[in-house]
Amino acid sequence: MSLTTESSTNFWLTRPFSERSTQIFLGVLLAALALVTILHVAVPPDNPLHVGAYTVNLFGKYLSYALLAVAVDLVWGYLGILSLGHGAFFAIGGYAMGMYLMRQIGDRGTYGHPVLPDFMVFLNWDSLPWFWHGFDMAWFAFAMVLLAPGLLALVFGFLAFRSRVTGVYLSIITQALTFALMLAFFRNEMGFGGNNGLTDFREIVGFDLRSDATRLGLFLVTGVALALGYILCRAIVTSKLGRVSVATRDAEARTRFLGYRVERFQLFVFVVSAMLAGLAGALYVPQVGIINPSEFSPIFSIEIVLWVALGGRATLYGAVIGAILVNYAKTIFTGVMPDAWLFALGAMFVLVTVFLPKGVAGLFRYLKRRKRDDSANPDHQQTSKEASA
Amino acid sequence: MRRFLSLGLLCLLLLSITVTAQAQTSSTNTADDDAALELLEALDVESYADKGDAITAILQSDDERARDWLQALLDGRLQRTEDGRFVLVLENRGRDWPVADVLTGEALGEMSRRDLERIGINNNLRNQLRSAIAVVDLYSPNVERRRTSAERLLGEVDGELVPTLDDLIEQEEDEQVRYRLTQAVAIYRAEAGEMAGVEALDGSLHPRSRVALSRAANSDDPVVANAAAASLAGIEQQLKINRGLETLYFGLSLGSVLVLAAIGLAITFGVMGVINMAHGELMMLGAYTTWAMQQLLPGQPGLALILSIPAGFMVAALAGVAIERGVIQFLKGRPLETLLATFGISLILQQLVRTVISPLNRTVITPEWMSGSLVVNDALSLTLNRMYVLGFALVVFAGLMLIMRRTRLGLEVRAVTQNRAMARSMGIRATRVDIMTFALGSGVAGLAGVALSQLTNVGPNLGQNYIIDSFMVVVFGGVGNLWGTLVAGLSLGVINQVLEPWAGAVLAKIIVLVFIILFIQKRPRGLFPQKGRAAEG
Repeated sequence: MSLTTESSTNFWLTRPFSERSTQIFLGVLLAALALVTILHVAVPPDNPLHVGAYTVNLFGKYLSYALLAVAVDLVWGYLGILSLGHGAFFAIGGYAMGMYLMRQIGDRGTYGHPVLPDFMVFLNWDSLPWFWHGFDMAWFAFAMVLLAPGLLALVFGFLAFRSRVTGVYLSIITQALTFALMLAFFRNEMGFGGNNGLTDFREIVGFDLRSDATRLGLFLVTGVALALGYILCRAIVTSKLGRVSVATRDAEARTRFLGYRVERFQLFVFVVSAMLAGLAGALYVPQVGIINPSEFSPIFSIEIVLWVALGGRATLYGAVIGAILVNYAKTIFTGVMPDAWLFALGAMFVLVTVFLPKGVAGLFRYLKRRKRDDSANPDHQQTSKEASA
Repeated sequence: MRRFLSLGLLCLLLLSITVTAQAQTSSTNTADDDAALELLEALDVESYADKGDAITAILQSDDERARDWLQALLDGRLQRTEDGRFVLVLENRGRDWPVADVLTGEALGEMSRRDLERIGINNNLRNQLRSAIAVVDLYSPNVERRRTSAERLLGEVDGELVPTLDDLIEQEEDEQVRYRLTQAVAIYRAEAGEMAGVEALDGSLHPRSRVALSRAANSDDPVVANAAAASLAGIEQQLKINRGLETLYFGLSLGSVLVLAAIGLAITFGVMGVINMAHGELMMLGAYTTWAMQQLLPGQPGLALILSIPAGFMVAALAGVAIERGVIQFLKGRPLETLLATFGISLILQQLVRTVISPLNRTVITPEWMSGSLVVNDALSLTLNRMYVLGFALVVFAGLMLIMRRTRLGLEVRAVTQNRAMARSMGIRATRVDIMTFALGSGVAGLAGVALSQLTNVGPNLGQNYIIDSFMVVVFGGVGNLWGTLVAGLSLGVINQVLEPWAGAVLAKIIVLVFIILFIQKRPRGLFPQKGRAAEG
């Protein structure tokens, strides 16, 4: 691993694109977005190739999960922090978006109150809690989508990294964090709709959420957000900062002794990751039409980690593949044989960790290298295998 | 001669009994029944005052059936048919009610409710009836009945009853009944503003005594009022202490559950550095073993429970070994991957139970010797099942301590925990130690499940509900330290219970979680961190 010394802004911007995997990933992603759009808009509904609004919506959901997985891969793959609480950042971003969408309902709710959302009228509240103010403005809400999870990650990470909490301890307290938040959001007194969460949304920045065009738009926006998030993460991991992160992952104490303030790098990457997770949540909510405390559940957070593990840690594109594969499998299973889903999910956890530690992406790389070795030097095959094992 | 006489008397007695029995069955009324009917007839009058007199008359009649009638009258089940007969309604539900003859108790089949007319009572009469029934019961030879009835009299005594009760107190042999009766009379006296009553109630924790004393505190007589107020203050103080003790008890009980759940985890985590996310599901297996054992031995829940202690241990231990051999051994040195794989196993086990047994909760019967509670005083009673679980947790803890400190296995486990490579080079087979440790930790989880089956619902989610809490206990206490787990578990239980009254159950839990998160920042290695080289792991 050679340390690059170039530091011009120009290079920082172009470097992520110089990686071959980024070019392929962005190409595939843009092609997929275009294909779905064409199949949805241009192909008539009676044609078997037509992609319905439901499917577009489903794909949009997968893409927001993929963005979330990229965020988790950034901290787990490149920083060595196994966060079992990223669902919390996702959910907070989702709640910020949900609050905006709730305020957009205005007086069209069941109770017709001009300001208060339905559940507050139902609970006999007479005024808006302080933290609901401002969410009627799109720019404020969208800023909070990033700032709220970022702030939580900043405070939590500051405390955790400063006292050098690492490894399984960190995993367990991130899990405790999301568990505590779940319990808190289940309470009606918190002012986030309690058990039922926020739902019954109508429109987003003036577009009707129930129309097909809006759904397609959201799908495309999510795709673009995924692409941008991916580029950002790639820029981080290919920068010098990314190299320090990887060094921290592999030997934290040694990196510290080399003079790096490890906790600052950890904190920065952790906060960026949390903000991306929040963005993913915000894109997820208008597409599924509801946000409730179950997104905080520890199981969901662990599931995200599985997506990354299945796709392949520390590759970024692996996380996207994993998220889409697992969620596609989930859609199929829960439709066909719902009882079998947990068996399948559980088996995936075991099989991936035991037999496929580098995930699907690792499989790609292995096959590619074998092919290259085969063609380049057939005699050398044995040694290269030993080296990789 | 004398023998003949007694024999003759006996015959005569037998004869008379047979005759009476015949007379009753043939429904020709004897003199007794005529009198009884007259008494009942007096109840069916307009004026409630007259009814009250009729009730008193029934009480004084010495008729053995009086209690049943009065109870029926109180419950609105003493009714009259259209042709004027008195009947007891056995069950007043639906349109047709089963009825019985009021004199013989003979079932008369069902009658339409429209053909029946209830003998009405008002609240005054209801009170009169209640105390009347209580008084009748006080003469019962059955001690239990006397106790309940004396209890019921608290606050229900009126002036006329006092002389009767004073007599009864002198005759009563049972300490508890006597205490209650004295209290009942004292409550009456205190409410009437008598000094004797106030003095007698001093230190009594029963809620009714407090009501009486606070009334006496408003008495016109300043001496009585002051004495009552002083007593009240003392009682409040006592109650506060008792409430504190109760909270402590519940806290320790919750804590003992946490200790049971966490201690197995502490062993496997401490020795192997492995986070076993399926630990909760191993507990679930233990709980289901208890259930299965009770299905196998119907009618003997106690025996089944005792047998399921070794059975639960074995089932969970075997499952643990299977997990260790099947998955964990391949993930050596990769704790985070182990965490994910064992989480997958927990999902599979949960779904397995849902598919094979049922997604619904199973009922595990609490044996008789474990139900009920130990009544310390009027304000404090400790439920027995929690006490057993608390004791069980301490026994399990002591057992583990012994294993760790006094056996060869314990020695090897400690050696491997402190320095795996060194232990191996000294000839300890680390793999075997791993398996044994995992079996031990898992078996303890099974024991925790057996204990939990007595406190909570046994269902597929049982393990999930405890897993995060158990992690918190292990992390809070410090890994690889059994004392730490004990202290952490018990103190978290108590903290939770102390917070609960003013914060609510959910908020209390959140506060505890946040507290632990903050605590970990301060002391990343828990309350009792490992010392020396082991700490660098």
